[in-house]
Amino acid sequence: MNSTLVIAGMGTLAVGTYAFRVSGQLLRAKINFPPRATRLLEAAAVILLAALVATTALTEGHAFSGFARPAGVLVAGLLAWRKAPFLAVVLAAAAVTALLRLVGVS
Amino acid sequence: MRSIWRTLDRGVLTDIALTCLAVFFIGLSYGAIAVASGFPLWVPAAQSMLVLAGASEFLFVGIVAAGGSPFAAALAGMLVNARHLPYGLALPPGVTGRGGRRLLGTHVMNDESVVFGLAQPDLPRQRAAYWTCGLGVLICWPGGAVLGALIGSAVHDTGAFGLDAMFPAVILALIVKDLRDARTRRAALAGAAIALAATPFLPAGLPVLLALAAVLLLIRQPAGTDRPGPGEQPTAARVRTAP
Repeated sequence: MNSTLVIAGMGTLAVGTYAFRVSGQLLRAKINFPPRATRLLEAAAVILLAALVATTALTEGHAFSGFARPAGVLVAGLLAWRKAPFLAVVLAAAAVTALLRLVGVS
Repeated sequence: MRSIWRTLDRGVLTDIALTCLAVFFIGLSYGAIAVASGFPLWVPAAQSMLVLAGASEFLFVGIVAAGGSPFAAALAGMLVNARHLPYGLALPPGVTGRGGRRLLGTHVMNDESVVFGLAQPDLPRQRAAYWTCGLGVLICWPGGAVLGALIGSAVHDTGAFGLDAMFPAVILALIVKDLRDARTRRAALAGAAIALAATPFLPAGLPVLLALAAVLLLIRQPAGTDRPGPGEQPTAARVRTAP
């Protein structure tokens, strides 16, 4: 592994990510959004996050992640919907996934 | 900063603390995976502080470890992180701070800080929640990564502990109250379906961005066609005073 190349790659990723963070904020400051557009932007953030949940729960690389992880996330989602404490929700996800793997369900 | 403890109620602070704890555990697995893949400790240490966006860092380490070029890995990571642009758009001006402080406030923009910030009803509380969570993640993510790299082989098999289920569970728990609104839920489910359908074909990161097409469901449908059922609180649809 070439250290110089890895540092350059890391630097690129860090700068690029910061650029994304800055540019959204700069655009927002430049444009005066009506309340309805503001609500749409917030809903857009929820949609992004929901898609992130679905892809990180169900996929690994370009393929299905197996049953254990989405099962854990599903249990967590049900608990969250029933307004269970946050800690219980997150620990349930890890526990269900770990238990399923323990009994051989990947 | 001084007024955070008075601005935020105890429940929100507890949730932020637990989220940071979860981030710490995911950081542990990240650091452990990085050293197990052959990286020296400084790679997860520096990356976790400078990039501060977990999914892209896992991806970077995975691609380089698999023999990919670090630049290709950086591009893939940037694709994953492109969602920070719409995050920045969604945050009301002033949440990330002003002047020099804003440089740091922008850096701590991540999935968790954005969702906690947006969940608050007014600007002072949005700012307090965003910063508390952002700074917490800034400490816990690199802290977890460094510790994970140090204990390396001890948590080598992170899958056995189900740690990989924690990140989606944390995010889901944070957006679940927005999903109680029927219209938002429908759009979020559509977005998730789009992302899942695209995952086999597109590079990582792009499917999540493609999910934004589901916003169209909210634009075209006239407001008021969907009344929330009894007991449902449409938090996302609550009117906020424009800044």
